[in-house]
Amino acid sequence: MTDVSKRRAVSHIQRRLIPSYVFLTIMSFLSVFPLYWMFTAATNTSLEVAQGKIWFGSNLVQNYRNLIANDNLWQAMGNSFFYATVQAVCALVICSLAGYGFELYHDRGKDRLFSILLLAMMVPQVATLIPLFTMISKMKLLNTVWAFILPGLSTPFLIMMFRQNSRNFPVDTLEAARIDGLSEIGIFVRMYFPMMKSTYAAAAVMTFMGAWNSYMWPRTVMKGNAVKTMPMLVSNMSNGYAIDYGMLMLGVLFASLPTIVIFFVLQKQFAEGITGSVK
Amino acid sequence: MKQKKGLGLLAKQKAAGWAFLTPASLLIFIMSFYPMVKAFITSLQTGPAAKLVWAEPILKNYTRMVNDKVFLTAMGNTFLYLGIQVPVMLILAILLAQLLNNKNLKCRGLFRTMIFLPCATSLVSYSLIFKTLFAREGLINAVLMSLGIIQENINWLGQSTTAKAVIIIALLWRWTGYNMVFFLAGLQNIEYSVYEAANIDGASGWKTFWHVTVPLLRPVIVMTGIMSINGTLQLFDESVNLTSGGPANATITMSHYIYNNALGQGVANFGYASALSFIVFILVAILAFINLKVGDTRD
Repeated sequence: MTDVSKRRAVSHIQRRLIPSYVFLTIMSFLSVFPLYWMFTAATNTSLEVAQGKIWFGSNLVQNYRNLIANDNLWQAMGNSFFYATVQAVCALVICSLAGYGFELYHDRGKDRLFSILLLAMMVPQVATLIPLFTMISKMKLLNTVWAFILPGLSTPFLIMMFRQNSRNFPVDTLEAARIDGLSEIGIFVRMYFPMMKSTYAAAAVMTFMGAWNSYMWPRTVMKGNAVKTMPMLVSNMSNGYAIDYGMLMLGVLFASLPTIVIFFVLQKQFAEGITGSVK
Repeated sequence: MKQKKGLGLLAKQKAAGWAFLTPASLLIFIMSFYPMVKAFITSLQTGPAAKLVWAEPILKNYTRMVNDKVFLTAMGNTFLYLGIQVPVMLILAILLAQLLNNKNLKCRGLFRTMIFLPCATSLVSYSLIFKTLFAREGLINAVLMSLGIIQENINWLGQSTTAKAVIIIALLWRWTGYNMVFFLAGLQNIEYSVYEAANIDGASGWKTFWHVTVPLLRPVIVMTGIMSINGTLQLFDESVNLTSGGPANATITMSHYIYNNALGQGVANFGYASALSFIVFILVAILAFINLKVGDTRD
């Protein structure tokens, strides 16, 4: 086949794909536009936002001043970051230990326990809200990091993710390490953890983002300004009759920035985290 | 002697295994199962939060729902979102995945990233973005006005029908790319030779899609379908932040209504809220059960 005919065949294929390109371009535009618009709106005055200005403006600094004058932005950012980090670290330790235990030490009893734990997936968040709220307030833990993290420390989804990925951990290695005299916990720390880094990364991204974005639970147990998180802060900003849209969108931008950065920097772990599949 | 030592080691290993999984298991029992039982007990009780007493008759909280207009609206809304948003989203997601799975397509990665991007926003954030877009004085109205499609600003979030439409549009925006990723992964598992065979048999692209691709994607369709239904049953952030459940509770979701009953301003009706949440639990449980039956890959 000559170069010319090859090129002709290629251009024929590409021509047939034109409808696909058109459709995908429209869908991509629709997907990206609201976020692009969030960025531009953060730089415009409330009036400009309302009038539908879609280019970047010059009101960013003023919006920022208004934002920090009205709300304790950096405290909320700090709170969100602190709670989400603590939750991610603790949940990863607890759930990876469990996933490891369920897979590599599995026997009939543990398998049965695992299928019972899976039932927790059926429990809707709103159903446990009142009992958990009562429990946390009786323990005098309201407005503490414990109130924020306790319900999310152990989830069937994370345990399952670690359990499934633990199947790749070779049993031979385990036996060899035992013969070498490594303790059971030593095997976990020194061999399992380094080998499962990609699973940990995906799980960390997922847990951190879930905690950063969580709204219903923090709204219930984290009362008061000192313990406010970003979703609560921006949600409160949108109440009332005279909303400053420029300021609101800047707040939303701050609330979304960490997850957008994670999305672009750790896209692979992001996708694996939400689908729960690392191989 | 040797055997005894071996047994000791085995017992030690066994204990280690249990030690590894005990913290996580205990937490799930304390943070999920116990509250669920507690919620059921509370659903049979009535009175102020501090001194709950058994309801008289015992199922009073449950019978009350039948005449609760807001609850029936919330139920209706949930099923409306289910009936319209979930099918449209899944069809769109399959279509996009199918188009992106074409090896001849250029910029596949770029398209995929852009369509997947809405997943990077939190539920509160995107609710507020859409609230601003569809505000009475907002971009959507401004664009429609300048195009001459409308003569005066539409109060999107102030009318029950349009407010519901905005919620559906927002949900589609947030979750279509998310589901597309699952379908893309599913499509990539289908051998190319299957398509070649269909091609040789003279099947058109459309026929191949319906008779080859869709049946092979069935497990993914079931999984994403159940995940979406589950998510829709538990909608909360959107209802609270996008429409505040309004106008006049027209767009309120079940979770939002339960929350208002339990912890809303002025009311703390733990008994009734628990009964309502138990209904959601039953609906979610039925779905999760189907999911486990269909989606379990481990024997």
